[in-house]
Amino acid sequence: MRLINRRPARPTAVLLAALPFVAVMVAYWVGSEIRLAANPADKLLPAPETVATTARRLFTEGDRRSGEILLWSDTWASLRRLGIGVGIAAALSTIIGVAIGMLPYARRTLSDFVAVLSMVPPLALLPILFIVFGLGEASKVVLIVVGITPFIIRDLSQRVLDIPHEEIVKAQTLGASTAVIALRVVLPKILPRLIASVRLSLGAAWLFLIAAEAVAAESGLGYRIFLVRRYLAMDIILTYVIWITLLAFLIDWALKTLSRRAFPWLEAGL
Amino acid sequence: MSFVTVTDVWQRYGTRSIIERVNLEVAEGEFVSIVGASGCGKSTFLRLLLADETPTRGEIRIDGGKPAREPGRERGVVFQKYSVFPHMTVRDNIVAAECFPTGLGRFFGVKRRAARARADETLERIGLAHVAGNYPATLSGGMQQRLAIAQALTARPRILLLDEPFGALDPGTRLAMHDFLTELRSQTAMTVFMVTHDLSEGFKLGDRVLVFDKPRWDPHAPEAFGATVTYDFDARDDGVPYQHILDRYPTLAAQ
Repeated sequence: MRLINRRPARPTAVLLAALPFVAVMVAYWVGSEIRLAANPADKLLPAPETVATTARRLFTEGDRRSGEILLWSDTWASLRRLGIGVGIAAALSTIIGVAIGMLPYARRTLSDFVAVLSMVPPLALLPILFIVFGLGEASKVVLIVVGITPFIIRDLSQRVLDIPHEEIVKAQTLGASTAVIALRVVLPKILPRLIASVRLSLGAAWLFLIAAEAVAAESGLGYRIFLVRRYLAMDIILTYVIWITLLAFLIDWALKTLSRRAFPWLEAGL
Repeated sequence: MSFVTVTDVWQRYGTRSIIERVNLEVAEGEFVSIVGASGCGKSTFLRLLLADETPTRGEIRIDGGKPAREPGRERGVVFQKYSVFPHMTVRDNIVAAECFPTGLGRFFGVKRRAARARADETLERIGLAHVAGNYPATLSGGMQQRLAIAQALTARPRILLLDEPFGALDPGTRLAMHDFLTELRSQTAMTVFMVTHDLSEGFKLGDRVLVFDKPRWDPHAPEAFGATVTYDFDARDDGVPYQHILDRYPTLAAQ
């Protein structure tokens, strides 16, 4: 039988899915074991137990000076920036994307501009953003917006162009104006794509967020990681990294579920 | 009495001529079938009728009105595919035909309930009441086309344009759709233009069958000349219009 036709059965499939995770954990554990055997005070690869203890402390114990639990306040600060940034980017790109996709005049004016804009490396703009918007929240939110909006705009405008011409003509023969076609035909059809597009750009959004926080911030997940890096506190860094991964995964899952719930017609024909 | 008047219409894309010198007069209530080989411009002609494209030369008028520059409520259309909105339920697809001309494209409150009730009546008539809440993708091809025709007619267009509406259906469903269309026409007496690949379908449904073909052909420049109406058959009474002429005009009989 050809390799392309061999499919794993259910128990094997679960096992195979778990394999890479287990492999990474075992590799880490072995590495940490070897280093700690050579030098018990080694900080580079703390034992999994140490990381677990640290994680428990970080999640439950307050800061000695202020009493607030730093991990939660960091999480809140980061999620707020991420939410505002991604929200603004989504709203902006929906409006511009629909305009580019529907209106020939907007397309001529904006589509090349957006294409060029999306080539600008956002992180290279970070110094400019810090100079213009200061070191506060605004510069971080703007970095996320600048970083992901061009990508979503290009994706959405292409999706609008992909809507069969027949449907647009049909709407016109039913007497719909441009605004009604946008509201009743185009928007409902691209909202699922908007969610998919946001899901794809969340990775980039996290990257920009952490980068901005690393450079200048007073709280936030990225800020904390780069702060404790000075003390080589690998246990704290690892806890934060795992926590960020988990958050990203949960947001992605939530968006996927939302998309499935909100747009039942997408799967109606399957 | 001409209802739809096509005067000297040409359509050319760059140097490619698609349609040339089409002149046509169609009376109100006539069913016109348009047949022809692939690429002979019959779909282009339908798009011109639809005002989705503007002819390079000539004009098309409905009931003496101004030539349209974009599709509107005067013209209803059913395509072979993508004729209903996949993101709306079957009922909402019918309601859309009523509420799209409003400012927001939506009805609220009492109007909305009334429109939904009317839509349910329509669905009852066309036998789709049991799937009113479903999305079109769950319907069979024949049901989707029935919905598309009902949706187009709900907007009360002056002319109805059908672009190979039954091309993707299996033969049995196609026959059922013929009956459905014939019945609808006996109720509304619409003016219909139908593009079809199927000659027998064209003759069966149409009062008139137009054949599009290229009368001029230059082998060195196959795209130099476009197609036009080369035959205009009277398709009433199964295409033999004069066999019952005595029934209609008994005075003509030999004394």
